[in-house]
Amino acid sequence: MPPTEKKALPAGQAPGLKFEKVVKRFGANAVLRELDFAVAPGERVTLIGPSGSGKTTILRLLMTLERPDGGLIWIGDDTLWHRERGGKRVPANQKHLHEMRKQVGMVFQQFNLFPNMSVLRNLTEAPVRVLGLSRDEAVERATSLLDLVGLADKADAHPTRLSGGQQQRVAIARALAMQPKVLLLDEVTSALDPELVVGVQDLLRDIARESDLTLLCVTHEMRFARDISDRVLMFDQGQIVEQGPPDQIFNEPTEQRTRDFLQAVLAT
Amino acid sequence: MSDVLDAYPQLLRGAWTTVQLTVYGSVLALVLALVFGLAGTARSAWVRAVGRVYVEFFRGMATLVLMYWFFYALPLVGFRFTPMAAAVLSLGLNIGAYGAEVVRGAVRAVPKAQYEATVALNFTPVQRMRRVILPQAVALMLPPFGNLVIELMKGSAVVSLITIGDLTFRAKQIQNATGETLWTYVAILLIYFVIAQALQSLVRLAERRVDRMLGRRAEAT
Amino acid sequence: MEWDWHYTGDILPDLLDGLRVTVTATLLGYVIAVLLGLVWTLLRRTPSAVVNQTVRWVTEFVRSTPLLVQLFFLYYVLPTWGITLGPLTAGVIGLGLHYSTYTAEVYRGGIDDVPRGQWEAAVALNLPRSRTWLDVILPQAIRRVVPTLGNYLIAMFKDSPLLLGINVAELLNTAYTTGTHTLRFLEPITLVGVLFVLVSVVSSVLVRRLERRSHATD
Repeated sequence: MPPTEKKALPAGQAPGLKFEKVVKRFGANAVLRELDFAVAPGERVTLIGPSGSGKTTILRLLMTLERPDGGLIWIGDDTLWHRERGGKRVPANQKHLHEMRKQVGMVFQQFNLFPNMSVLRNLTEAPVRVLGLSRDEAVERATSLLDLVGLADKADAHPTRLSGGQQQRVAIARALAMQPKVLLLDEVTSALDPELVVGVQDLLRDIARESDLTLLCVTHEMRFARDISDRVLMFDQGQIVEQGPPDQIFNEPTEQRTRDFLQAVLAT
Repeated sequence: MSDVLDAYPQLLRGAWTTVQLTVYGSVLALVLALVFGLAGTARSAWVRAVGRVYVEFFRGMATLVLMYWFFYALPLVGFRFTPMAAAVLSLGLNIGAYGAEVVRGAVRAVPKAQYEATVALNFTPVQRMRRVILPQAVALMLPPFGNLVIELMKGSAVVSLITIGDLTFRAKQIQNATGETLWTYVAILLIYFVIAQALQSLVRLAERRVDRMLGRRAEAT
Repeated sequence: MEWDWHYTGDILPDLLDGLRVTVTATLLGYVIAVLLGLVWTLLRRTPSAVVNQTVRWVTEFVRSTPLLVQLFFLYYVLPTWGITLGPLTAGVIGLGLHYSTYTAEVYRGGIDDVPRGQWEAAVALNLPRSRTWLDVILPQAIRRVVPTLGNYLIAMFKDSPLLLGINVAELLNTAYTTGTHTLRFLEPITLVGVLFVLVSVVSSVLVRRLERRSHATD
């Protein structure tokens, strides 16, 4: 990656993440049951496992799209869903969530670009409105990010005019424009046509390697999981079944459930 | 027939009054629709209830009854309205209730994923609404709003019953003066039709605009 | 001026008489609207371009001009052609004709919503065209649109006060006449408002229940 492009990436010490006995229920269905796990600062972790095992819920809790029913979620030294008041821990208010979200960015399965804005506007709107950047600064940042994702010529295009792969690249750039320290990737290539998958994955792999981001990734693509992560967590029914470096998980899984899952995924 | 044509200044004045009523009524209805429609999407159950009560009450009320109430009943307890104010209020309140349902439905029809993206980008609740949700919802509101404006325009004919000199009122005057019953009514029906068609084309124009804005149709470059 | 409960009690029977006229006019008008609307829809589907376009413009014209003026037309213009209608008859026909152009749109939507496969199945079974319509398409289309048609019954009810423009002694007219006798408008017109909101809200709750049930059986 040329040095000018690298400048566009967020830098600086990233926080670690920690789940402490986190419970999440949807109605009578407990998706997460007292889940414990931690991610080190700057670590890149991939969650794999069958659908409905609670992987995406973990990302959505971190992005404050879902509220936990119990336990604590730490980002760095601060709890996400609770704040200190008079030495006691009380539920977070909007202001606390707003503060905490500054560190976190997310890329969605369905891109979720804003159809009422041009590509450039998608990238500049939040930096201007939320971070208070000047329009010029935001455009400069957006331009170098579009350069990074290889879409410098699409700045004025309308999001719906782009291919799925291009839309997802824009969505990645949009998340990075907020300079998060933690990046959440939620099945980012599942909605793409097969021939576009590799390009987006390679882009993310490069970004992961070149930046100091703490990365949490949910995917069904085992090659991508191997490429991007320091550590792989195998999930089933809201619990960690097995974890370790990608080589170990993919080559010598110890648990039967992991072996079954990998076999099923690789067979397709 | 020529008698009716000779009365064209009266017809024009009437048509102008009808257009004015439509514009004032629509502006009031739009404001009410946005306020109470957005209340209907609020997080607080109390605020939602306020939106609900407004919608149920004024959708259930006949415009003409409301207008009579403003014009004949309220002055007796000390609230005096000019006929025009009574007319605009009752038209606006009634169509505003339908409009509020349109606003609420349109906001709820914006995909939840768009809302989630605004959270992920750390927009404040007001910014989410103002920058992302509403601009997309407006696209969905336009066609039904257009129909409501036409309904309001048609509904405004009842103001003739409280002596406002709109198109329908002029028709009765001309009918009495000339005895030309048939041509009088043919003439004003045609004028109403033309106004409705003009509104219709305005709506279509606005729809095309918004579609282009949201990239839903090929851009004309 | 204070609200007079005694007076309110005195006028209530008259108002309920007016409500009866209002409900009668609405229901009769509704029968016309529901039947005539179907006629418009079917005529729009005939192969003849002349019939098709004529119906299209006639319904468009009726839909985009005010009901009140149409009532005046029926009541004042038709007699000059030798057709004299009583106020209530003119009112019922006017309401029914006006709203038939709305119900026509409802039917059209319902028919468009019947899946293509149903038509194709009818062709495959070699059903004659009339059987296809009567046994396959219309039953499905009408079941889909019943709740929407219900909403138009409420809409017609709320437009029925316009009939006072041609001297029908419906609810609002009764209230107004009562008011002119006593010069007290507050009680009668407020009561009319209350009655309208009551009937409309109760009926729309019923329609919504109907809507949910028809969704449930889909």
